[in-house]
Amino acid sequence: MQLGFLVDLHLCMGCKGCEIACKVENEVPLSTWRLRVKYVDVGVFPETKRTFTPLRCNHCENAPCERICPVSALHYIENGIVNIDKERCIGCAGCVMACPYGAIYIDPETQTADKCTYCAHRIASSMMPACVVACPVEANIFGDLDDPTSNISKYIQEHRDVQVRKPEKGTNPHHFYVGAGQVHLNPLASEREEGYNLFNKITKLPLGGHH
Amino acid sequence: MVHESIAATHAVVTLDVALPDVFWGWYVTMNMWAKSIGTGLVFMLFLLLRKNPNEVDSGLRTKTMIVSFVFMNIFLLFTWLDLHQMWRMWHIFFYPHWTSAITVGAWMATLFVGLEFLMIVIMIKNNGTAAFDKLLFWVTLLAIPVTLYTAGIMAEATARELWQMPTEAVQMILAATLSGSAAMILIGGSKFSDETKAFLGNILGLSALMAFIIYMSEYIFGAMKAEEVAAILSYVKGDGEYSTMFWIGQWVAYLLPMLLVALYRVSKSNALLSLAAILAIVGLWVVKHVWLVIPQLLPLS
Repeated sequence: MQLGFLVDLHLCMGCKGCEIACKVENEVPLSTWRLRVKYVDVGVFPETKRTFTPLRCNHCENAPCERICPVSALHYIENGIVNIDKERCIGCAGCVMACPYGAIYIDPETQTADKCTYCAHRIASSMMPACVVACPVEANIFGDLDDPTSNISKYIQEHRDVQVRKPEKGTNPHHFYVGAGQVHLNPLASEREEGYNLFNKITKLPLGGHH
Repeated sequence: MVHESIAATHAVVTLDVALPDVFWGWYVTMNMWAKSIGTGLVFMLFLLLRKNPNEVDSGLRTKTMIVSFVFMNIFLLFTWLDLHQMWRMWHIFFYPHWTSAITVGAWMATLFVGLEFLMIVIMIKNNGTAAFDKLLFWVTLLAIPVTLYTAGIMAEATARELWQMPTEAVQMILAATLSGSAAMILIGGSKFSDETKAFLGNILGLSALMAFIIYMSEYIFGAMKAEEVAAILSYVKGDGEYSTMFWIGQWVAYLLPMLLVALYRVSKSNALLSLAAILAIVGLWVVKHVWLVIPQLLPLS
């Protein structure tokens, strides 16, 4: 079994229900996110549109975070999830430096690395991840990539525009997008202007190292 | 490509979370800088023992090894302090994950520092130069991977496109020969013959030249093949955030020491050579810091 995620961006309406469900389910502390929805505005008024991109750990088949972790705190479980053992983590931030998707953060309460685990604890109890349950339009499709009859496998077979983030990194993500363009997946394809961010003035938090 | 697509789409991020700032900051710079001096001194002692053994008395052996040991401990101290869970450091030894360059490096560096301690004890207790010299061969061999493993960590940091393994490995060795020769010039002082000083000065000057060439190659050509590298290098180009610091580093670590070594060869002035050594050691910190920080400024998502 290899669990994977697919987000149909045609359906996502940026309600952030998944973000909140994740926060509540996993008790994610203030200022940190396991899952977040990025908004990018495209075009010039009045010809504008807003795009929404949910971003979470990609649970890569060739995960750089798992490789660089010196104590195997980040490890694979048999269903393909890259899980984290927070009791073992030494907080070296090697995984933060290695993840090409910026999906790992240092938990300010435990001072250890943390990230989306596809709600591994819920899956162990045969429940869907919290974000899947919360999505009002079923834009999050979750399932077994090894099973050709699973919803996610069928969705991948039926759609031609299935993409992953940064395929050139060779990480083989188990997280896919349908209906994505450059502005969704490439962080360099959109500008970040001061003054147009909800978190203006605190766009950088002193959570990290010493500088 | 990126600029064209932004111009065409007018795409602007209007809502995102607060992004974390620099994670590996000046503690990690201290780590790389101190390790370069620590292993570099071992390389220089080994070379001097082969080139001019008459000038390497037991006092110089002991002094060099103690200075190297001190800098290796500074390196270990800052590595430890940089951990967010520093009291779990022992996990590296009890739950080692061997695909990680951090694990391999921690084990090698611990062994290296242990052997250095043993060599210092041998010299202070028994003045055992024969045993010291035998151990020095193996410690010098070990110093090579100890110097290089940080480049391995940077290579495993898949998110940071700027840090490419072959380049970083060469830069690590050059940082060790640059700072090692500089530290040896300062330790030996006027005790060294002109020939030995010129030898160390040559290593210093050539290390500076080669490191400078590599940095300039990346600065000029690095942006031509990868858009991430182009975006990262923009932080040290023009009015970039770290431009001034980058050029201060290049001048102080490389260009001025090269010039001073050239002047020393003409004038034989010890003061010029010592100044070159001090500048190289100070400038190396700045160079390492800039190169460490700039890839972390780039948003990854």
